Amino acid sequence: MQTSERTVAEQREEWEQLTLLPFAERRPESRATFRTLGGVALERVYTPEHIEDVDYGRDTGFPGAFPYTRGPYPTMYRAQPWTMRQIAGFGTADDTNGRFRYLIAQGQTGISTDFDMPTLMGYDSDDPRSEGEVGREGVAVDSVDDMHDLYRGIDLERISVSMTINPSAWILFAMYLVVADERGFDRAKLSGTIQNDIIKEYVAQKEWVYPPRPAMRIVRDTITYSAQHLPRYNPVNVSGYHTREAGSTTIQEVAFTLAAGIAYVEEVVRAGIDVDDFAPRLSFFFVSQIDFLEEVAKFRAARRVWARVMKERFGARKPESMRLRFHCQTAGVSCTAREPLNNIARTAIEALAAVLGGAQSLHTNGYDEALSIPSEAAMKIALRTQQIIADETGVAGTIDPLGGSYAVEALTRAIERGCFDYFAEIERRGGVIRCIEDNFFQLELADAAYDLHRRKEAGERHVVGVTKYRDDSPNPAVDLHHVDEAAAHRQLERLRATRARRDGGAVHRALDELVRVAQTDENIMPATLDAVKARATGGEIVAALRPVFGSYVETPVF
Amino acid sequence: MIAHRVQRDLARAISAVENGHTDVRGALAQFAALGHAQRNGARADVIGITGPPGAGKSTLVDRLIEGFRANGETVAVIAVDPSSPFTHGAVLGDRVRMQRHAGDRGVFIRSMASRTAGGGLAPATRDAVRLADAAGFDVVIVETVGVGQVELEIVAVADVIVVVTVPALGDSVQTIKAGLTEIADMFVVNMADRPGANATALDLKHMVREGAREIPVLQTVAQDGTGLPALLDALAAKRGAGDSNAVRAVRFEVVRRARDAAVRAALAALDSDDASAVLDGLRDHTISRNDAVDALLAILGGPAHAH
Amino acid sequence: MPIKVLVAKPGLDGHDRGAKIVARALRDAGMEVVYTGLHQTPEMIVNAAIQEDVDVVGVSILSGAHMTVFPKIMDLLHEREVDDIVVVAGGVIQENDVPKLRALGVREVFNAEASTQDLIEGIERIVAAHGRDAARRAAQA
Repeated sequence: MQTSERTVAEQREEWEQLTLLPFAERRPESRATFRTLGGVALERVYTPEHIEDVDYGRDTGFPGAFPYTRGPYPTMYRAQPWTMRQIAGFGTADDTNGRFRYLIAQGQTGISTDFDMPTLMGYDSDDPRSEGEVGREGVAVDSVDDMHDLYRGIDLERISVSMTINPSAWILFAMYLVVADERGFDRAKLSGTIQNDIIKEYVAQKEWVYPPRPAMRIVRDTITYSAQHLPRYNPVNVSGYHTREAGSTTIQEVAFTLAAGIAYVEEVVRAGIDVDDFAPRLSFFFVSQIDFLEEVAKFRAARRVWARVMKERFGARKPESMRLRFHCQTAGVSCTAREPLNNIARTAIEALAAVLGGAQSLHTNGYDEALSIPSEAAMKIALRTQQIIADETGVAGTIDPLGGSYAVEALTRAIERGCFDYFAEIERRGGVIRCIEDNFFQLELADAAYDLHRRKEAGERHVVGVTKYRDDSPNPAVDLHHVDEAAAHRQLERLRATRARRDGGAVHRALDELVRVAQTDENIMPATLDAVKARATGGEIVAALRPVFGSYVETPVF
Repeated sequence: MIAHRVQRDLARAISAVENGHTDVRGALAQFAALGHAQRNGARADVIGITGPPGAGKSTLVDRLIEGFRANGETVAVIAVDPSSPFTHGAVLGDRVRMQRHAGDRGVFIRSMASRTAGGGLAPATRDAVRLADAAGFDVVIVETVGVGQVELEIVAVADVIVVVTVPALGDSVQTIKAGLTEIADMFVVNMADRPGANATALDLKHMVREGAREIPVLQTVAQDGTGLPALLDALAAKRGAGDSNAVRAVRFEVVRRARDAAVRAALAALDSDDASAVLDGLRDHTISRNDAVDALLAILGGPAHAH
Repeated sequence: MPIKVLVAKPGLDGHDRGAKIVARALRDAGMEVVYTGLHQTPEMIVNAAIQEDVDVVGVSILSGAHMTVFPKIMDLLHEREVDDIVVVAGGVIQENDVPKLRALGVREVFNAEASTQDLIEGIERIVAAHGRDAARRAAQA
């Protein structure tokens, strides 16, 4: 790029005096400050002045090379597009299996499973607390028999399987492995992900069973077990999605998520495992929100920060340990119940930000996101949105095309700084777990959420069709996912059948052994696999360990 | 066990007093007329829990409920949270920590906003305690606001006062020194699994040694129940020791009323014409601040202030 | 006297962002808000409403189980003879369920797009019209 002899600052001052001021006097700007959704004040125009502290070689570099700002791989989507991974889950295992097969037939390349609340929280379908929630917001899985039917007919060596599950993740992980074993698949070829990110549960999503410290031990055991037995599996998917959806700022989304990643690495390293033996299999999950430029910058910043943390803080040597790979989902909270088809446009823009930010896999929300779990029609359009970006727009042809944009580089830098500031503060407060126990993250998040809410109510952020251009005529009707009220009943029948078939004595012995292991520092996975194989249910396993691990009750902050 | 209907009417009687629809005598009489009054006069043991925010007071109360219930005693909890001085609204979240006992008819949990009162309690806390006593609860636990300042009002309400703190809150021991040793019947260093617990406990022990009374210093981890048996034993010992606190409570009450009367008198004196003249002089710089104070105290009739 | 509200979160889901923003906004509007915490059963919610002697129970639910939860809450309030406590609903509730909830005695259903101002005014209006201290409040006003 050519520059004239005068500095940029001199040229900018001249432009402000001669061009900007007279113009703005005639046509003033509509407001004094423009802020991103994350709350960062935007400059009127970004120039080389704003990225003077960004060094190309040191901070930006090349894709597939440290610090991975431009992407984790040197060829990115020129080799193959991101994995289009639409999440699905409702009713019984059979019901959801049908949706999976439909999506695969439409060209989807990976599958992603949403479980119902009882499964997520470790209650069986026949627990009184499960009433009304069985199979409603996701698929009900009580035992390995359900898991068999969930992935029936799907080649687990070829299709990667992602499971959105947290406090009970280790049990579902065991069920998945038992299914693979019983169907004769090679464990070395299994690829997939369990979310298994318990830290963000205490911070944002609020699905928990045990207190943070025993819960961290379980996560540690899944990571070490995976490192020893499953070379292609991602045993944890450190997630910022839920924190952001709960109202955090953009910087908080990245900072809290990477801080959680740091906590997991510390936990496993403390158990004596070399960082390069497991760090390559850590994966991440972010939202893609509607504020386009800020989101692209966020993904770039996340990669750069993680690379630096792994190299400088943990002394990782393998490049695979330093490169951050992430799944992405468009923002549920950006979708509206009013005029739901508008959500197609929102989702398309968010999906484009994820792609320009270098996502490895992507779920696009259905237009009915704010109304119910997605219908087949909504999921098809959402998948088509990704296919249009991949095959029609041409953006997959060049890597990190927004790299070098003054605005994007400056925002990337600002988010990076914000992360390291938070890391220092967390350290000062005694680390991530201590910060959870002391409600630090929760208070930061509550303040950010309330602030965002007030900015919206004050009219700083608009929602088209809701707070602006509102049309009060009846909402256009869309066909929604039909909740099959009989599914819960079918699930109870399935559970009864499993309990009737199994050897009760074997279940008892396996649970006793699991309780014994839990009281030691042995890895919890082998005993869990034995219990699952004996057809112990998720609820039984969780309940058996409650006396050992305790229960978590939060201190709510506002 | 306390019947559902008694619980409901107790709750409504507390509201009636809290909202000024009746005084505590009226509420007690109404309670008796409904046939709910189990007894007259103070019989329940009243335990006050105070200490800085974040010390885990609510979790500790949850454990105490568990302990008393295991012993067959019924428990009422009055948990006070601060009201906003600006909007007068409040968010009351203490009962979240005690939700294990939500379905137990032997337990009654009531949150109270502090409203206009200072000192860690709400204006109606004391009346609420009397009503819970009349309803037949064996133990009444009062959890104070815990906003940091010394909350002495609890003395007038509780028979036994537990001051809760945590390790390594910097100068927490210093803060405590500023007054709580006067009122504490025991100290609890909660979250004792954290670094610095022993040092904090030791500091407290040295501190209480200077006083005249025997004040136990205990360590607990309310989260998992560690140290609770010792705390329950210490409470049982204090509860069995009789009503020594009555003297302290009455002394406190007399001092408080005298202080309130003095404040009212001072405010009235400051509104007098003589006082206005002095204050005008202060504005016009014809009198120094010290002289103004002396002149105003003279108007009040008190002795001139010695500097 | 301030309006006292119980903000209740039934069900197994942890979506408490809305409930907490509502709690904070009602506080800022001068109300006294008791928050139950997550994962409450109908029994726990009704017990809290009685012991706290609230004017209003606001139930925030996003798990889709509202047609299971609300009948139980309304039955329990009736059984314990506290029908005079006003119940309102918020969260993700499909439009065709709104009449069913009203038929159960739920006074108002606030959807996710209701502003906090709508909510504050709605609660004030309902308490003035149907709250158990309506007469006393009217006399005070």
